[in-house]
Amino acid sequence: MATGAHYLDHAATTPMVPAAIEAMAQHLREVGNPSSLHASGRHARRVVEESRETLAQALNCRPGEVVFTSGGTEADNLAVKGIHWARTAADPRRTRILTTAVEHHAVLDPLVWLAETGAAEVELLPVDSTGRLEVEALAAAIDRDPGSVSMISVMWANNEVGTLQPVEDAVALAGAHGIPVHTDAVQAVGAVPVDFATSGVDALTLTGHKVGGPYGVGALLVGREVEVTALVHGGGQERDIRSGTIDPPAIAGFATAVELAVKHQAEHAARVAALRDDLVRRIVEVVPDAHLHGGTMAPVGVHRLPGNAHIGFPGCEGDSLLMLLDARGIECSTGSACSAGVPQPSHVLLAMGCDEDQARHSLRFSLGHTSTQADVDAVVDAIGPVVERARAARM
Amino acid sequence: MRVIAAMSGGVDSAVAAARAHDAGHEVTGVHLALSRNPASYRSGARGCCTIEDANDARRAADVIGIPFYVWDLSERFHEDVVEDFMDEYAAGRTPNPCLRCNERIKFAAVLDRAVGLGFDAVATGHYARLRSGADGLVEMHRAVDHGKDQSYVLGVLDQEQLRHSLFPLGGSSKTEVRAEAAARGLLVADKPDSHDICFVADGDNAGWLREKLGDRAPNHGGPILDEATGEELGRHGGTYGFTIGQRKGLRLGRPAPDGKPRFVLDIEPVSGAVLVGSHDRLAVDGLTAIRPRWCGTAPALLAGPDVTVQLRAHGDEHRAEIRVDEGADGGTVAVELHEPAYGIAPGQAVVIYDGTRVVGSATIASTRRASGGGD
Repeated sequence: MATGAHYLDHAATTPMVPAAIEAMAQHLREVGNPSSLHASGRHARRVVEESRETLAQALNCRPGEVVFTSGGTEADNLAVKGIHWARTAADPRRTRILTTAVEHHAVLDPLVWLAETGAAEVELLPVDSTGRLEVEALAAAIDRDPGSVSMISVMWANNEVGTLQPVEDAVALAGAHGIPVHTDAVQAVGAVPVDFATSGVDALTLTGHKVGGPYGVGALLVGREVEVTALVHGGGQERDIRSGTIDPPAIAGFATAVELAVKHQAEHAARVAALRDDLVRRIVEVVPDAHLHGGTMAPVGVHRLPGNAHIGFPGCEGDSLLMLLDARGIECSTGSACSAGVPQPSHVLLAMGCDEDQARHSLRFSLGHTSTQADVDAVVDAIGPVVERARAARM
Repeated sequence: MRVIAAMSGGVDSAVAAARAHDAGHEVTGVHLALSRNPASYRSGARGCCTIEDANDARRAADVIGIPFYVWDLSERFHEDVVEDFMDEYAAGRTPNPCLRCNERIKFAAVLDRAVGLGFDAVATGHYARLRSGADGLVEMHRAVDHGKDQSYVLGVLDQEQLRHSLFPLGGSSKTEVRAEAAARGLLVADKPDSHDICFVADGDNAGWLREKLGDRAPNHGGPILDEATGEELGRHGGTYGFTIGQRKGLRLGRPAPDGKPRFVLDIEPVSGAVLVGSHDRLAVDGLTAIRPRWCGTAPALLAGPDVTVQLRAHGDEHRAEIRVDEGADGGTVAVELHEPAYGIAPGQAVVIYDGTRVVGSATIASTRRASGGGD
């Protein structure tokens, strides 16, 4: 079936930008394994290394700090498992991993697995009602026994409610004890300024398909001095910590997309924030008890992602709303993880203090580079009758 | 009409959805997630609601070309079907959870939600036929394929539910449905039929009940007694492992003195006794049933050559006379059987037919043993 006329789920994935498609298509026509020594191999390697430099420049890191992966989930796994394993190998007292209760499953689930297998003690730190990490709780957790902390992982921006996290505070607190910090910046790159070197983080996750690049490619930016134990073993193509034949077309498309997203970040943020603000304001006019979850919208890019509108509709099931909007060509998300297609109550909303009912009555609209005023108008036109219907279905 | 097609991931509901779509209805496929912890893969013909089933349903919806969603009804299913199933076994009765699911979930919770969302009907892959009667009421009839007829498990539906139901397969045989699924390119065409109880994943009913009932069972063991002499013939591990009329699994080790096989005649859940005896002692010539549900107008008396009852899923038709006595909860239904029936378990449904038309159903509360037996 065709996609809807009004795609408002850019946090799930966003259309590829034409320049990335062109870059990718061009290299799909060429042959050459970047690890081969002949001319074709050298050419493929050059595409990869130029892409690496492009990406490094866009995010202010060294080219050697870019480790290409199959996407955000692999990069997150490599960061939390790989850094933790290396840190405990160096000093077995380092058993504790500190993170937030609102991380993406790509961070939470590897941590839960580490905890279940006895390889780590994982502390999920509380967030406030906007979904922002409580910095005092992190400070207290470190101070309790700094020498036992293996690493800290704090996402740059939350994927569900769009809340920006105090990564700089985590870096400052961790730095005093030499504890490495990882951040999942999958939602942040291109939406807010992301500067690897200035941020002071030791590892940063990003992915292609959230910034206008292809699926199936991402990167972990990881400081040269940070020890990481490999997750995927083989040819050791990427700095000996990630194996697998390097994918030049995907990497070229990815780097092109990141470069453009970063270059246009400020104007993009201002534009989608204006649309988002209009969307939220007018939804609340139509449905007076609808309310925004997460941080405040102004100033742009300070408390929440510019394109994120996560809205609670009391008395409605989120999946009823989603289905009714989908039938009208409006595509959004309940914002939470699915199990067999069934939305589970969001761990993010529960951590923010919502009860299960509140956690189920929400929708996430996420705007991106193709969003228009017509998309916003379509939602505003539909939302009144849709909410009325969804409430009737719940009786 | 705007129609919700309940799609289990099996062949029947896939073809039913396709036929509703072909008939010009605006169809949306919905898979009902009923299990709290769905298993990844089904094993053999057992169970449903695995993640694989949800994927099969999704692929069928893709092929038909209709939107598809998963609805989470696991909480309602647990409260209304699974808990009831456990309570009934704990009380020494033999419930039919499929009827309960149709009454409370598929044609209640799902239908209510569908109507609330602006849909007109729910279509399922049940084998039964609907038609308009002379009085303007919707009548439900047995399916053309008597071997697949599922009107028994739909006997709990009232007129309001029937008005919002579609059973597109009622005029077809299973063979035809499978062939049509293959012709339509539905990959579930040769998927095995599901049977057994969907939430008992490994088919071990007694084992499942033993684990889940825990303290709720009045006992987890007791004597197996000869109904005639009171002699203890053996021990068992819980009355919920038995149903009236059961012959297998008694593990008595020695035959009856007359050499005839023994059957479960009665279950006493509190004392834990299971009474056994010969087949002729299973003969029942009348029964009383409660909580009736009528597909149309409630009758007071029902008699005639075409009046029959069915006393278990895929059971025989028995000619009978029906009298409805007023009382709480719809009153009671007295059933006089023209010929004795065997192995009739309280808790099962009696579904009443006039010819092929379903009149209604009720839950069997007690049975009357035929005087003098008659084997």
